[in-house]
Amino acid sequence: MLFVLPALLYVGIFHLVPVVYGLVLSFTDYDPLSRTSPDVVGFDNYVAIFSDAAFRDSLLVTGRYVLMVLPVTVALALGLALLVNRPFPGVGLVRSALYVPHIVALTAVSMVWLWMYSSNGLINEVLGWFQLPAQSWLYDEDTALPAVAAMRVWKALGSNMVLLLAGLQSIPKELYEAARVDGARRWQLFRHITLPGLRPILVYVVAMDIIFLAQGFAEIFVLTGGGPLGSTTTTNYLIYTEAFQYNRMGSASAMAFVLFAFIAGASLLAVRGMLGRRQS
Amino acid sequence: MTNTLSPPTGREAPPAATRPRRRRRRGGLDGHDRLTRAVLLLGTCLLVMVPFAWMISLAFTPPEQAFGSVALVPEDPTLENFSTALLDADLLRALANSAIVAAVVVLGNCVIAILAGYAFAMLPFRGSTAVFFSLVATTAIPVSVTLIPLFLMTRGVPLAGGNDILGQGGSGLLDTLAGLTLPHLVMPMNIFLARQYFSGSSRDLAEAARIDGAGEWRIFSRIYLPLAKPLVAVIAIFSFTGVWDDFLWPLVITSSPESQTVQLALARFLVDGNVQYGPLMAGVVLVTLPVIAVFLFNQRGFISGLTDGSVKG
Repeated sequence: MLFVLPALLYVGIFHLVPVVYGLVLSFTDYDPLSRTSPDVVGFDNYVAIFSDAAFRDSLLVTGRYVLMVLPVTVALALGLALLVNRPFPGVGLVRSALYVPHIVALTAVSMVWLWMYSSNGLINEVLGWFQLPAQSWLYDEDTALPAVAAMRVWKALGSNMVLLLAGLQSIPKELYEAARVDGARRWQLFRHITLPGLRPILVYVVAMDIIFLAQGFAEIFVLTGGGPLGSTTTTNYLIYTEAFQYNRMGSASAMAFVLFAFIAGASLLAVRGMLGRRQS
Repeated sequence: MTNTLSPPTGREAPPAATRPRRRRRRGGLDGHDRLTRAVLLLGTCLLVMVPFAWMISLAFTPPEQAFGSVALVPEDPTLENFSTALLDADLLRALANSAIVAAVVVLGNCVIAILAGYAFAMLPFRGSTAVFFSLVATTAIPVSVTLIPLFLMTRGVPLAGGNDILGQGGSGLLDTLAGLTLPHLVMPMNIFLARQYFSGSSRDLAEAARIDGAGEWRIFSRIYLPLAKPLVAVIAIFSFTGVWDDFLWPLVITSSPESQTVQLALARFLVDGNVQYGPLMAGVVLVTLPVIAVFLFNQRGFISGLTDGSVKG
């Protein structure tokens, strides 16, 4: 018990107390600059943020962002995991290379992509080779969010692949052999052995991706600053500006809890949806 | 880490002849299949590596050439960007700051999280499972929920930064290195990894030592901790990268260059509209290098920090 105490105290103070404190803040009009005590305003913050178009838009942007990145990442990562799930010369090197984007800080890689998307950057140059017109990727309302999402797919590919690979390797090989004796074809093996065997890890990967992607911040900060015209302002980015640029910490806290509810709801829905199919 | 996934030596797939994904096992398409796979993988690897290649290239390209089309291999490479990044942009100080913060955080996690994980696995007490799972559940709380309260709590630390005993009046630990370490000192994920590790180890040694009259602390520090080197490595790596790569917390609590961390120092290149990509990329290379070095040194630890949390969990 004594061994656990330091950790318990720490997690209590730095993880649980802040949640309660934040919940309390979300019912006040707290302003960090005024040193008078804040007033309790009841549900005013929650009412206000839901009638605020900027907040509703940010939830939509966050949702679109997750939907742009998640399916592409998981599908590509699954394909890659299947490809590297067999020994061949250099397989370790390939796995490591694909994993590198995951280990590098989001802020740092966002800066590299900032150059790639810049007017003289690599992507426009490649377009030029094919006589295609240059795009102002991050300054165009239509392309900014997909551009950020593409970067995030690149970043998340490695970790998803490694997790799915671990899942693939936990499927008993005997299942495949038995099925092949029964004359199952390649697609049938994938559909009836690989996919069901991967389901637990797939559920985990999707849930974690939702939780992380829905909190997109650093990449937005570096690449677009939420623009153009708010088209990449994720909820997390809006919370940051609301709390630390406009000093409205009460309503920022309310936004954080609404985001929390959405993330929890979305990941639970995904988990239930994916596990539910097992029964049918 | 019994479930450790290691790229070169992990539990490999069965021999090629019995593999499922072969289209015609006795047909002549094996070579064709293998070629397709090699081309696909090589292409993907090259694509994934492209941003890194140009990151390095830009870092060595003279600043005045960085606005045209940039060659993969700079024609006249220069170190100018590195000196600009280190000296003009104060990256040197940021590297030192981040190193200090990371050292404290790694130490905190290695001591407190491992102790807790050990106790949850080997010395269960009434309700310990419930306590353990509520600790781990905190990892799912979005950062933005705790960000503002943590900011206010850091500002309100009593008797620090001009505060009175009630934590009023001053700036507390805002804009200090101590404030930077606060939310990372114990990462709940590390408690989880430690418990997973120790639940896999045998209790016989502990029982034998107990019969010999050894205290619990002695059993932990003399018997189990020395056996847990892979765990220490994983937790050190996990904590180091977590705090080294963190952006939002330093962004929120630091205001002066004196307490800036690496990621924040990089972001300072961005503020004046015209981004100087040369020095910026030199900075990115310098900041990324330690993480890549740790990765190359201990890939197994890096990857098992990720997979052990899932497959066994």
